[in-house]
Amino acid sequence: MPALEVIDLATSFQTDDGTVRAVAGVSFSVDKGRTLGVVGESGSGKSVTFLTLMGLLDPRLSQVSGSVLLHGEEMLGISQSRLRQIRGAKIGMIFQDPMTSLNPVKTIGWQLEEAALLHQDITRKEARRQAVQILKEVEIPFAEQRVRDYPHQFSGGMRQRVMIAMALINNPEILIADEPTTALDVTTQAQILRLMQRLQEEYGMAIIMITHDLGVVAEVANEVIVMYGGRIVEQANVDDLFVKPEMPYTWGLLGSLPRLATPGGRLEQIPGQPPSLLNPPPGCPFNPRCEYVMDICRVKLPDLDLSPAGVDHRFRCHLDPETRDRIWTVKKAGMVREDAA
Amino acid sequence: MTQFLIRRIFWAIFLFFVATIITYLIFWVIPADPAALAAGKAATPADVARVRHFLHLDEPIWRQYLRFVWNLVGHQSLGRSFVNRQSVNHTIGQDAPVTASLVFGGAVFWLALSIPVGILSALRPRSILDRVSMTFVLIGISAHPVWIGLLLSYFVGFQLHITPIAGYCNFFTGTVGAQCSGPVQWAYHLILPWITFMILFAALYVRLVRASVMETMAEDYVRTARAKGASQARVMIQHVLRNSLLPVVTILGMDLGLALGGAIFTESIFNLPGLGHEVINAYNNADLPMITGIVVFSTICVIVFNLMVDITYGFLDPRIRPS
Repeated sequence: MPALEVIDLATSFQTDDGTVRAVAGVSFSVDKGRTLGVVGESGSGKSVTFLTLMGLLDPRLSQVSGSVLLHGEEMLGISQSRLRQIRGAKIGMIFQDPMTSLNPVKTIGWQLEEAALLHQDITRKEARRQAVQILKEVEIPFAEQRVRDYPHQFSGGMRQRVMIAMALINNPEILIADEPTTALDVTTQAQILRLMQRLQEEYGMAIIMITHDLGVVAEVANEVIVMYGGRIVEQANVDDLFVKPEMPYTWGLLGSLPRLATPGGRLEQIPGQPPSLLNPPPGCPFNPRCEYVMDICRVKLPDLDLSPAGVDHRFRCHLDPETRDRIWTVKKAGMVREDAA
Repeated sequence: MTQFLIRRIFWAIFLFFVATIITYLIFWVIPADPAALAAGKAATPADVARVRHFLHLDEPIWRQYLRFVWNLVGHQSLGRSFVNRQSVNHTIGQDAPVTASLVFGGAVFWLALSIPVGILSALRPRSILDRVSMTFVLIGISAHPVWIGLLLSYFVGFQLHITPIAGYCNFFTGTVGAQCSGPVQWAYHLILPWITFMILFAALYVRLVRASVMETMAEDYVRTARAKGASQARVMIQHVLRNSLLPVVTILGMDLGLALGGAIFTESIFNLPGLGHEVINAYNNADLPMITGIVVFSTICVIVFNLMVDITYGFLDPRIRPS
């Protein structure tokens, strides 16, 4: 049984201008000890997907449908109190900006202890012991002293370590990381990713890594889903995705990765803006920006088809297989040539 | 910390000179003759001239000012009233407790109302409570204290006989010459002035608390607390409240300091013998030492309360705690 299984999850918001379909039917699952990378631009629905399944959206403003199974137990529609028992205990979550994600007027120790005390029947002393223990675990030096410090006394990377410690203190089965390295400098990014991988080997939790950075995905993910316009447009294991992506949007993402080997070479970009979720284009959500757009793309949403290449590799695209192969071969040659130069 | 205090003290001295010089300049500009007022209606021009010399009003304004500074520095004295020769220090000492009773009691009232209402409005924006309180806020901000005070005094005091119409009683019993005294009478006489203050200030504070709580609830660390599994009540009490009360403390400190200088309208309506009342009398009699004395006192109040705000801030927010 997967640690987390999401079936046809949809989230929409009522606004004064109409209904915004932020997530429009998303299904995926992640197993214990595995890492799922969730890739997409801002506004692709990736963050909302996980705020929905954590029950962190205001129920008065959002409508949710579908199913979220945590070890087979339905999470959608359950009571707030049951949801609170799951949040922080079975699912830990870390966020993008460690500078603002910790309460500035409480000590680090207090905030870690709070997480432990909310879900375990322990004394404050035991909670303090666990807090120190987990800080050591995330490689914060002088943990015994530093529990008494406030967030502003830590650097960005250190704060993200504290956030990870806080998410892991109750030994959750799933860790959801929403762009955990975006706000950090590059060397710190690598350290945080390596730390998360080490902790995953140690604790065996499933990690869901939400990011717009394909480099991060290549580094840590086992499976990847690519989201666009509130939908999954491609899903595959990480090797298949990088070896043979099937969908023009994924090609664009790969092409827009900066390459060190091409001094002065221009970065490819995907023209246009992400679609409005208020008035999504009919048919394929990517059609207004797709350079290979056909008439059918403007009418019919492509199904999430199985790719002939790879295991359980799915994608949405109306292009026929020969055309896709041809385009990808040319694109890949271009990238390889750039890399070789 | 010492450096901070020294800076503050220099700032206070600077403000003291600015405030008192401006008071003297204004006094010099306005066409009033304090000597004639002090000498009385029956005085001959010769009497007035003697009074003028006696009050040093025949000296140039800068010498009068230097005399004032010298008296204050050398004798810790704010001088004597032009009108009744009472010591200004003594009068302020008598009036300040009245104004303080009004202001601090009023502050308790307006905070007790506006903090819960502000929080509830922030939790349920656009709810009935929020709309009702925002309407109330609009009325409170638009209404003048004189109007509110008169309405309360007329209906609650005069028509319904629930409270006294006006007047003041000392908190401590046994004051010589007082008509009434004791904590109960004191509070009984101050209820309407407090409510007047509450309506005026609660309006502003409800808005302030509401805005501040809403802003804090959108903070990332509040989402973190929810993701940890904290309940709504816990999130509010442990994570939102302390952070959202920071701006309230700032404004409260400034308002208290300002109001202590004399809640002129409220004191006049309810005939409370406080600083605001005194300053109006002094103004009518062109009583320069009294006006200057109250200006000095107000300046000190504002400075002291701002200092207290900074110290409280250090307690509430570790980021600005001097380490």
